[in-house]
Amino acid sequence: MESNIQFLKEKVLLNETLSFSKEDEERIKILKLEKTIKPIIFVGASSCGYVAGVQKTMDTIKQYLTEKQISAEIIKVGCIGLCALEPIMDVQLPGMTRVSFKYMNAENVAEVLDGVFNNTIESDHILGQYRQKNLQKWENVNFIDEIDYFAGQKRIVTEHNGIIDPEDIETFIAYGGYRAFIKTIYHYTSNDVCRIIEKSELRGRGGSGYPCGKKWKITHDNAADQHYLVCNANESDPGAFMEKSIIESNPHKLLEGMAIAAYAIGAGKAFIYIRADNKLAIERFKKAIDDAKAFGLLGENIFDSGFNLEFIIKKGPGAFVCGEETAMLNSIEGKRGMPRYRPPYPTERGLFGKPTVINNVETLCNVPAIIINGPVWFNSIGTTTSKGTKVFTLSGKIKMNGIIEVEMGTTFEDIIFKIGGNVKNNKQFKAIQLGGPAGICLVRENLNITIDYEELNKIGAIMGSGSIIVMDEETCIVDITKFYINFIQHESCGKCIPCREGTQRMLEILEKITKIPKDEASHQTLERFKGVMQLESIAEVIKDTSLCGLGKTAANTFLSSLKWFRDEYEEHIFDRKCKAGVCKELRAFFIDVDKCTGCNACMRKCPENAIIGTVKYPHFIVESKCTGCGICVETCKFSAIFIK
Amino acid sequence: MIFDIEVNNKIIKAKRGETILSALNRNGIKVPTLCYMEELAPSGACRICVVEVEGQQDLVPSCAQPVEEWMKIKTHSPRVIKARKTIVELLLSNHPDDCLYCERNGNCELQKLSIELNVLERRIIGQKGKQKADRSGSCMVRDPKKCILCGRCVRVCEEIIGVTAIDFIKRGNHCEITPSFRKGINLSSCINCGQCIMSCPTAALYERDHLPEIIDSLNNPEKHVVIQYSPAISVTLAEEFGVKAGKDINGMLNAALRKIGFNKVFDSSFGADINTIEVANELVNRIKSGQNLPMFSSCCPAWVKYVEQTHPDLIGNLASAKSPQQIMGTLMKGYLAECINIPSENIYTVSVMPCIAKKFEAQREEMTHKGITEVDAVLTTRELARLIRLYGIDIMNIESELADTVLGTRSSSGKLYAVSGGVAEAIIRTSYNLLTGGDLINYKITELRSVNKNKKEFKIKITDLDLGIAVVSDMINAEKLLDEIKNGRKDIHFIEVMACPGGCVNGGGQPIPSRKEEIKARIKAIYDVDDKESIKFAHKNPQLNELYKILFGKPCDENCMNILHTSFNKRDVLL
Repeated sequence: MESNIQFLKEKVLLNETLSFSKEDEERIKILKLEKTIKPIIFVGASSCGYVAGVQKTMDTIKQYLTEKQISAEIIKVGCIGLCALEPIMDVQLPGMTRVSFKYMNAENVAEVLDGVFNNTIESDHILGQYRQKNLQKWENVNFIDEIDYFAGQKRIVTEHNGIIDPEDIETFIAYGGYRAFIKTIYHYTSNDVCRIIEKSELRGRGGSGYPCGKKWKITHDNAADQHYLVCNANESDPGAFMEKSIIESNPHKLLEGMAIAAYAIGAGKAFIYIRADNKLAIERFKKAIDDAKAFGLLGENIFDSGFNLEFIIKKGPGAFVCGEETAMLNSIEGKRGMPRYRPPYPTERGLFGKPTVINNVETLCNVPAIIINGPVWFNSIGTTTSKGTKVFTLSGKIKMNGIIEVEMGTTFEDIIFKIGGNVKNNKQFKAIQLGGPAGICLVRENLNITIDYEELNKIGAIMGSGSIIVMDEETCIVDITKFYINFIQHESCGKCIPCREGTQRMLEILEKITKIPKDEASHQTLERFKGVMQLESIAEVIKDTSLCGLGKTAANTFLSSLKWFRDEYEEHIFDRKCKAGVCKELRAFFIDVDKCTGCNACMRKCPENAIIGTVKYPHFIVESKCTGCGICVETCKFSAIFIK
Repeated sequence: MIFDIEVNNKIIKAKRGETILSALNRNGIKVPTLCYMEELAPSGACRICVVEVEGQQDLVPSCAQPVEEWMKIKTHSPRVIKARKTIVELLLSNHPDDCLYCERNGNCELQKLSIELNVLERRIIGQKGKQKADRSGSCMVRDPKKCILCGRCVRVCEEIIGVTAIDFIKRGNHCEITPSFRKGINLSSCINCGQCIMSCPTAALYERDHLPEIIDSLNNPEKHVVIQYSPAISVTLAEEFGVKAGKDINGMLNAALRKIGFNKVFDSSFGADINTIEVANELVNRIKSGQNLPMFSSCCPAWVKYVEQTHPDLIGNLASAKSPQQIMGTLMKGYLAECINIPSENIYTVSVMPCIAKKFEAQREEMTHKGITEVDAVLTTRELARLIRLYGIDIMNIESELADTVLGTRSSSGKLYAVSGGVAEAIIRTSYNLLTGGDLINYKITELRSVNKNKKEFKIKITDLDLGIAVVSDMINAEKLLDEIKNGRKDIHFIEVMACPGGCVNGGGQPIPSRKEEIKARIKAIYDVDDKESIKFAHKNPQLNELYKILFGKPCDENCMNILHTSFNKRDVLL
């Protein structure tokens, strides 16, 4: 029998009919790990899994298998998107469908595996079983695609995430990978690819949605001795982690997308710009490059097509602004990551002065599916102006946080209440922050907005960073705005004045309104009011005049939150109260006389000696001394202290 | 191609490819700018020059946006004025409020902008920066508190001079422009050309002040205070007093300096003549022996530092003759002291230079003799103007006087040292004499006089020698030339290098601003002197020949080497 590599090359990649002999089909199933002799245990080992403690789970599984003398294979897979339920473990027994378990901490492993190997899996940990043909189903176990979280999704980009081994090129090819790339280099010219992508109406997922095929075409037509492709993987905003997850879970998919894009624009070099601290993603992508090179899918004269392609991983220092395309180009060139003025656009004069296409991870991951299924298929998904799907990260005060992929046209309402399963801990929904620090906040009334470039544009949001952060009633909107402005200020490159100085002034003003001045009579009070009066006007000028996307969107959070929560700002300014009880200096604590037992604990812990009282009698907080640190609340065992 | 665009409801003509700003300026519409620099690619950083273009969502920077046919532009709409004013107010919000005590009081672009945009109230209050000024440099002070981060100095240093001694560090409000690793300017690769000072809109960069010491010495009856001024001073000083560029006020300068109380007033052009004789002899000797060619001029201390730190292997190629300033200093403390019978410790030598690197040169260890510095204090043109104002002298309305005689008479080729190409021209004139015994008939070398180029070359056949001369006036072109030479180019014998584009007339100590038209006028004034004056060759300078006879002996002999030559050494800096 030929080696796996030979088999995959000759019988799978070069087989254009897609009809396999029975024998080959069986072999593909083995490579896809569906057909197995030994039990296979899959563990979700991407960043979210590691954070949840998958390393310990794996160690325990190994120990369990040795102890019970069970011969089974452990395979690390990526993230299926349910970060909230990590560590996730799947088991594929010979002849049975793959079944998935959640919250697999080290303590639960033995119990669940005992059940699995005894064919009785009645456990709280069951997530669901996969639909796999010709395999025996588990009884009384729901299918994984039936749970709400997955039912509302449509997965193109994240299709195999969490299912396949990201470090195994053979599985990827067995699942149909690299077929699009081979098809491209054998059957299409650069112009053909550009036309197909243009026809599919794929739009850039990273920013304002420029038509991808058009961008490629312009770059391709700009004559130069060298063209470059750059993949923007510098995802740095708080609350966004889907690109990292995609690379960790399926690096070959991105690689394939990039290879096709490079072919389309005639680039011999493809760069991926990724934060240096995304170590796992870099490691896996690097392995993917090495494996693909060994497979002959990269390098010189790929599959005798005459096409050469070199991949370069450029590690970024972790600056938010380096996600702005021109700043990224500067950074790749070895300069300080500061944006350049456009025009000239990168398609004309980009990296090292050559025509360059910059696409983000998600955009490029859509490409292989479009090549395989054709533009019409892609075109049929989504809305009139926005085709395909969009990946979001759901985080904040929501039950199911993780990575989701939904069809364009889905409403935010569906995302929050159906897929995300509503707000955590039965609290009241307050708002979502869409798009991180550069984004805007949406309240209950406008959650019926559909995901669509034009719809989002209308309300001043961009598709850009696909982060959705959910806020509940215990989130202070002024505080969260302050956090974002602080983030933007620290990440501002310092080049243009409105962004550098303006955001700092905004931050200072916001800090002033979340504090009570020490001396009411002094000029601090006047300054505070003067500041408040200028806040909105500064924000508008920052938006109007900043050089790059970072600055232009810097004030979005503030302006949109002011639109919906003006009363909350006013409450902070005039009443000096924080309803949510977040702004420390504005909180006032009181002791419930009925609940207080007079245990004296809070009195001893109070750093300001603001609590007075006699043992065994209810205590009292002196408001003028209280700084609102909240130590007393944490100390009280009787829940007698409350915020007002 | 020329087409029409609409600006403020009027049609104006615009050229394809130009920026909105250039179209507006040509049509007499003024838009304020800050980070904009004529000769450099636009950076679009300051956003002061924004205009409203119909159909564009945001305001666009006119300095960077190319003009297009469909554009309808508003340059002073309420939205634009509000944006500009807010930006200036933001800059002022954390600026130190010490305008009255500021180096650049009255000549500050931020001040001008705030007047122009009618900022009359501190609407936006910000926390002020607490950074300390960097006073480590021997000729320059860097005050980050006053820096508005327009980035002009960074661009000049990188894109015009080619040294990149300073750059942006940190992000957000902590952003700062500093030398490598936030170290002092004294440890950096800064060559002290001072072009960053010339480009700075505020007082974030300025020269190290030598005025107090000089005033002390002037007040000290025991000190015999002697002053020399560089050839480039007389044609630029008038600008500090509101006169249009290009006026030579040499005579009035002499008179003013005497009025202030300087005991002797000399023209450094005399030192330049001696430098010419020495360098020309050195050049002829090197050509004969074939060693250390091509020879580099060494009268620009910024260039000397550049060679010492960047190309230590080429130090031997520098002409070993001292610069005119140092030759004059040596003579003042030696020969002059003997002539007037005053011990050299009591002679205080001041020089007025268009340059801040000369402050560095005067402090070099090689430039001291038995612990006595040859030049005690160096003033820039700007500082001299301040001194003149302080002493209440109406320089534009006084009787002209001549410089003092012992070291006074100059040839006009000494005056040429003020412009890029001038040193080379003076040296060609004298070398010709050395090689043929006669004088060059076409002594005006037009190939080296072109104003717009920072790299010029000239070939002349003298007897059987094809003398090749190259002239550069920034480090980018110098570096290119050095590359060519390291790659085997052999036809160049002498390279004149000045660090500042255009030469000393555009030095780092000259009046601010020094724009292109001003530099051109100054250069013209220098060449006019060359046209008018009768002694055009250094070797025909009678006082100089007398001095060689009684003091130095033959050029480049042992005695001359002791008095008029120096040495250079490798320098470790943070590159």
